[in-house]
Amino acid sequence: MDYRPEVITRFSALYAASRDGFRKESPELLNRHREGAYSDFIRLGIPDRKNEAYRYTNLEKYLSHDYQGYYLPVEEDFREAEKFHCEVQDLDVWNMVLLNGFFPHGDKGLIMLPGGIWVGSLRAAVKQFPAMVEKHYNRYVDNETDGLVPLNTALASDGLFIYAPRNTVYTKPIQIVNLLHSEKDIFVQDRNLIVVEEGAQLNLLVCDHALSPQHFLTNTVTEVFVNRNARFEIVRVQNQHNNSAKLTHTFIHQERDSFASSNNITLHGGLVRNATWHLLEGENAETHSFGLFLADKHQHVASFVKIDHAAPHCNSTQLFKGVLDDNASGAFNGRIMVRQIAQGTNAYQSNNNILLSEEARMDTKPQLEIFADDVKCSHGATVGQLDENALFYLRSRGIDAREARLMLMFGFAHDVIQNIPIEALRDRIDTLVMQRLRGELSRCASCAIQCN
Amino acid sequence: MENDQDKVLDEVTSGEYKYGFVTDIETDVIPAGLNEDVVRLISSKKEEPEWLLEFRLKAFRHWQTMKMPQWANLKIPEIHYQDIIFYAAPRQKIAPSSLSDVDPELLRTFDKLGIPLEEQKHLTGVAVDAVMDSISVKTTFRETLAEMGIIFCSFSEAVKEHPTLVQKYLASVVPHTDNFFATLNSAVFSDGSFCYIPKGVRCPMELSTYFRINASNTGQFERTLLIADEESYVSYLEGCTAPMRDENQLHAAVVEIVAERGAEVKYSTVQNWYPGDKEGKGGIFNFVTKRGLCKGDDSKISWTQVETGSAVTWKYPSCILRGDNSIGEFYSVAVTNNHQQADTGTKMIHIGKNTRSTIVSKGISAGFGQNSYRGLVKVLKKAQGARNFSQCDSLLLGDKCGAHTFPYIEVDNPSAIVEHEATTSRIGEDQIFYCNQRGISTEDAIGLIVNGYAREVINKLPMEFAVEAQKLLQISLEGSVG
Repeated sequence: MDYRPEVITRFSALYAASRDGFRKESPELLNRHREGAYSDFIRLGIPDRKNEAYRYTNLEKYLSHDYQGYYLPVEEDFREAEKFHCEVQDLDVWNMVLLNGFFPHGDKGLIMLPGGIWVGSLRAAVKQFPAMVEKHYNRYVDNETDGLVPLNTALASDGLFIYAPRNTVYTKPIQIVNLLHSEKDIFVQDRNLIVVEEGAQLNLLVCDHALSPQHFLTNTVTEVFVNRNARFEIVRVQNQHNNSAKLTHTFIHQERDSFASSNNITLHGGLVRNATWHLLEGENAETHSFGLFLADKHQHVASFVKIDHAAPHCNSTQLFKGVLDDNASGAFNGRIMVRQIAQGTNAYQSNNNILLSEEARMDTKPQLEIFADDVKCSHGATVGQLDENALFYLRSRGIDAREARLMLMFGFAHDVIQNIPIEALRDRIDTLVMQRLRGELSRCASCAIQCN
Repeated sequence: MENDQDKVLDEVTSGEYKYGFVTDIETDVIPAGLNEDVVRLISSKKEEPEWLLEFRLKAFRHWQTMKMPQWANLKIPEIHYQDIIFYAAPRQKIAPSSLSDVDPELLRTFDKLGIPLEEQKHLTGVAVDAVMDSISVKTTFRETLAEMGIIFCSFSEAVKEHPTLVQKYLASVVPHTDNFFATLNSAVFSDGSFCYIPKGVRCPMELSTYFRINASNTGQFERTLLIADEESYVSYLEGCTAPMRDENQLHAAVVEIVAERGAEVKYSTVQNWYPGDKEGKGGIFNFVTKRGLCKGDDSKISWTQVETGSAVTWKYPSCILRGDNSIGEFYSVAVTNNHQQADTGTKMIHIGKNTRSTIVSKGISAGFGQNSYRGLVKVLKKAQGARNFSQCDSLLLGDKCGAHTFPYIEVDNPSAIVEHEATTSRIGEDQIFYCNQRGISTEDAIGLIVNGYAREVINKLPMEFAVEAQKLLQISLEGSVG
């Protein structure tokens, strides 16, 4: 039985109800895009396995769940959230806690950090920088392949906004801790916009934690505009429980001479799908996409990457790794597209996976689509186990089998972790991954609230 | 030097199609169009038994419910199936017993194509089944092969002479519901080759089928069935050409291979259908379903293909590795020039334990050609110790062509090791410079590099074919380049 018509009906009802609900409160600028986005959603529907981008990911279990509500923030919710403290030691960051994707005190306006970078809610941004939001909002999304993206445009009411004006540099990373907390099973739709202007530098760390055991479905769309000569780095650490589904869609638009890097570290989550789109629109831009996931139980982690070389002399790399245990399944779907104009492209893509158990499953689909001739593009994908020879090497030096396996797996994962630009975080993730591999890290161990 | 190289590439990529002539011969044709009556008529013209007619009708009825697949990375103009002639046969006396019975015009055609139908001239040569349009013209060396128990004949003869074998294996690898084109083929297939190698026999010569489309407006739908019984070995070759015409012609063939325990089948194709002219007008649509079943333990199926022709190629020779320790191989060179498009690759389905597969695919794109590799490596839960290695390289000659790689890897067993790697690049200026420095002209250098690039695959071809394939590569790409 196809579950999708029912879910579409439910979302349509939500959309209809929003007319009298949050839409009245929403800025006109956001409302303007809703009608078109809604019809795009209806046209595309909910992606199923016939959609190449979702071929190996089945959303049914999480989408067909009847979420009791669509989350809208209430002031007192945030008091709870503010108690949260990140446990990463020596992490020198500017920190902000979000609740279910919403900025606390969202309407109070944007905060300016030393150096001139603005952080705040999207709604506040519409008031403060209407022309800029107008210029960038809903411009970089792909509304043709995935119905969940226009669904977000149709339903989102708020989210994170960061604006780095020309030549602004904030020396510390900005850490956004996004907590999921609710008494009910909820459906969260946040919409984020990040604008990095010419010559500016922004280093972002986004941590996801689920605090309450309820079912969560998060459908996040993030648009990033990286102007000439600017530098943007984002690291996501995802640590949610097995009842939560997280779908992220990140669209990074790069202009000439810019640099961007995205790194998704997935430690836990019932279903996690990170879709990252990099569009290299200006010459000599550079972009990197990394991902690491460790999955067990019945978790499913999917990575979707598209790197679109639309200008000459750009470089890109992709490195995605996965370790799968128990009944976990993983999917990788990466594409390098080199348009005819994009001569002088260097693009590299790599996906490696280790299966630890009989029931684990990995599907991978690395793809190249190349229309220019002066290019160097390559990709590689492997699915296998730990190298017997390497194991033997370690064991012959007196390291026991378990420790040797751990060392190799840790080394395997470290390839991705070493690309994290923040040292304190790198060390912390190394520790988390080690704990995770040893089986010591249940979800609660890493959660600062320590509710049980 | 850049310009110089471009100019050479231009010259190089303008080689002409040699086999574009038309044979003037009387043809027996069923009028264009497709309905149940046509299917019945084809069947009755071939004097087929009832079960085969039933099979055709079943396929035809299923086909009517199907839609043409759209997933390939190809731009195919709409095909009007009602305008296609589904059966055309060169008119000749039924079943020529010797060469003198064959229409001399036909013989001249195959002579011109360089296909030896005269056995005495080729002492150790190759046994050939020559298929013109819808029917088999002549099969050579039948008697010699029959002494060893090898059956090598046209499909229609096999239906008459070995109905039990045909009935047992027909559609056992490619069922009549498999895909749009295979189903169409199941309904209207006209002829093809049938081959059976008995237990423990090592076929002493290369078997070969040569396909020729001659009549205009026709589609060619042949069906090849190859059975290698326990511990046998056969090497099979397939070649094809067609006249130059402005309209597109459809070729939808099915090849089924069954390898029993310990058998080895080597299937090589040099595909040289008319690719259309420089503006992309005309040419053959080559939509072929090829699949081998490694049924028994320790069996092996190896596909080697050199794809230089066709306006559009849609072809995925596959191996189902059902027997334990069975081996599947796929070696391919695909060339797309001018406006040619190719979406080709393979499927390796690992079912048995310790099954191994190797995929080597070399794509060469020039002019406006679009070349895609699409492959699936699937390791099922029970396939302990499965091993796959895939390598897909693309070479781009010119800045208006495209090279694409779409591998699918599905692994459901933790002991499997699956590796895939692919590169895309053009001929390096440093490589050309290196050759120039040593007194090799740019033109020769490109030829040298392209040939070296494809060598890994061409080496897998039987000697007789390797020479032809190399020449073909030169014609398709290199023109005057040696």
